[in-house]
Amino acid sequence: MLITENILLALAGLKSNIMRSLLTMLGIIIGIASVIAIMTVGNSITVMVNTQMQEMGANNLTVGVSAKSTSEESTTSGLHFGAGNRRSMDTDDYITDDMLDTFLDEYADNIKYTLLSSTVGSGTAVDGDLYAYVNIVGYNQDYMDYTNLDLLAGRNFIEQDYENAQKVCIVSDYFVNNMFSGDTSSALGSAIEVSIDGKYYTYYIVGVYEYDSSTWFSDSTEDTTTDMYIPYDTARNQLHTMNEGYSSITLVTTIDTDSESFADTVESYFNTMFYSNNEDYEVTVTSMASMIESMTTMISTIELALAIIAGISLVVGGIGVMNIMLVSITERTKEIGTRKALGATNGSIRLQFITESVVICIMGGLIGIVLGVVLGSVAATYMGYSASVSISAIVVAVAFSMAIGIFFGYYPANKAAKLNPIDALRYE
Amino acid sequence: MAAGDIMLDLRDIHKSFFIGTPNEFEVLHGVNFTVHEGEFVSIVGQSGSGKSTLMNIIGALDRPTSGEYTLDGVDIEKAKDHELSILRNKKIGFVFQTYNLIARTNAIKNVELPMMYAGIGRSERSERAKMLLEQVGMANRMMHNPDELSGGQKQRVAIARAMANDPAIILADEPTGALDSATGRLIMDIFHRLHEEQGKTIVLITHSPELSQETERIITLRDGDIKGEADGRWAEIKEELSC
Repeated sequence: MLITENILLALAGLKSNIMRSLLTMLGIIIGIASVIAIMTVGNSITVMVNTQMQEMGANNLTVGVSAKSTSEESTTSGLHFGAGNRRSMDTDDYITDDMLDTFLDEYADNIKYTLLSSTVGSGTAVDGDLYAYVNIVGYNQDYMDYTNLDLLAGRNFIEQDYENAQKVCIVSDYFVNNMFSGDTSSALGSAIEVSIDGKYYTYYIVGVYEYDSSTWFSDSTEDTTTDMYIPYDTARNQLHTMNEGYSSITLVTTIDTDSESFADTVESYFNTMFYSNNEDYEVTVTSMASMIESMTTMISTIELALAIIAGISLVVGGIGVMNIMLVSITERTKEIGTRKALGATNGSIRLQFITESVVICIMGGLIGIVLGVVLGSVAATYMGYSASVSISAIVVAVAFSMAIGIFFGYYPANKAAKLNPIDALRYE
Repeated sequence: MAAGDIMLDLRDIHKSFFIGTPNEFEVLHGVNFTVHEGEFVSIVGQSGSGKSTLMNIIGALDRPTSGEYTLDGVDIEKAKDHELSILRNKKIGFVFQTYNLIARTNAIKNVELPMMYAGIGRSERSERAKMLLEQVGMANRMMHNPDELSGGQKQRVAIARAMANDPAIILADEPTGALDSATGRLIMDIFHRLHEEQGKTIVLITHSPELSQETERIITLRDGDIKGEADGRWAEIKEELSC
């Protein structure tokens, strides 16, 4: 009962001196607003990155050949570049087709796709005055299935294209716009010549896919480079890497497979079966899920560090509140004396002033939350992320501003409670 | 003269203040007096006579250095600090020279305050506060804040507030000291009415011998000692003053 009375009293007090109340709250407002803004931006980035990476495939495992870490080096994890007198990676160290086939036979139930790709390079297709920038990538059949291109015209690669390493390609509608003024039917079946570092490659267009310009890293201009797909073996032929094996393979696991634990299984399978005799290199398997996790952890750590710095301004704000509470108590010494004469106990005086300080802080906190959400959303949107407000941050902010109110209000309130009623009554 | 139960009983009250070691300054040198229920008593003294100190002790705002003080059967000596708070809340109604209304708080809320500290419910509180304000003729000013009231009006609100928890005694410290004579008269009339009609025990503290004549009994304080007790002229002037 006394609490409601005190809250009403505190609100009336705030209203009667709006300017002072606002200035007092300002520290809390700025503190809470910056914490919330940072959390909102951080949260937006996390959500965005997560979605992007999920889209890239949460079931993906990257199987790669990497240098074995010796015991001395394991302490300085990660940085193997220029590590002493290690011999550099040779094609002998690569994963061979035989290894891959043995492995796939063993774990066929767990693997949906085996993605193999080989990048020929970025170049320019030229036809008279017309030109378009392309990035030529060779995909195997699994990879094309997995990518699931949105074909506007023509066909996808067929088995003969893969087996015979046909010089066929699938280009973007964007490419067709540049090279054939958007005339898809005349584009299909046409031969185009692409120059990469002075070498010329010729392909026949069999299909046109819709270029997805909505992804975050793309901005469509005249000179946008789009992907041109060719069969995997076509690319390997042109790069003369036909029988070299693979330094890196991407596996897509089935939905039922726990990709993180499967990553360990794959890693130990390859290393026991094929790499036990290799002194310098081994296979490491990274799951996209664990990459997402470490990415999220990294963002949260940065976010937390920034929020703590912003939180310092909250402490400054709290000191401001304490200062004003001390002034207010001095001003109201006579009132405190009167209240004591009318029967207020020390406890009720203390409660009155702590309530007042908590009310100031929570009001400041609420204004700060609104301001922070607005600022954070604007910043996130401006940076190109869709704003996502962190609810937990809001809950923490309210609790924290309340705690500041109690912490910084206690000393002044206790001082008021301990005033001698006679001295307080006589105070002018 | 009314002679009910003993309401205030002070025996050999001493009060000293330390004014830095080794000096000790005694303000009250053994004060003895009794106030009965329903009495209207005045304590008169010049400034420096110790009447403020005495008032603080009567009002349970301060403790005597030695001596015994019983208020409505409660031994003040033995009461703890928070018990003194409850005592002030329930047994004493203060009326100050400077009104001491709570700023930015309207008349009715001011009157409700002692009831709030007594833990009385909201609706009962506001009902009683209204009733009390009506009694002192402030029914039409209940929602006004102190800064919108004249001195006399403020003092009337303060009297209503003093009556809030139906105290054992009303302790009025120079209640007309800051008012002009006409308004002062009005305030004194309210005290008389409370005394006559409701049988309230009232202790009036004043420096004015003239005002003290309006009470039933006058206790004169000089240099920390009671220099005499005399009957006031209230019985005589009652007829001409009563409205």
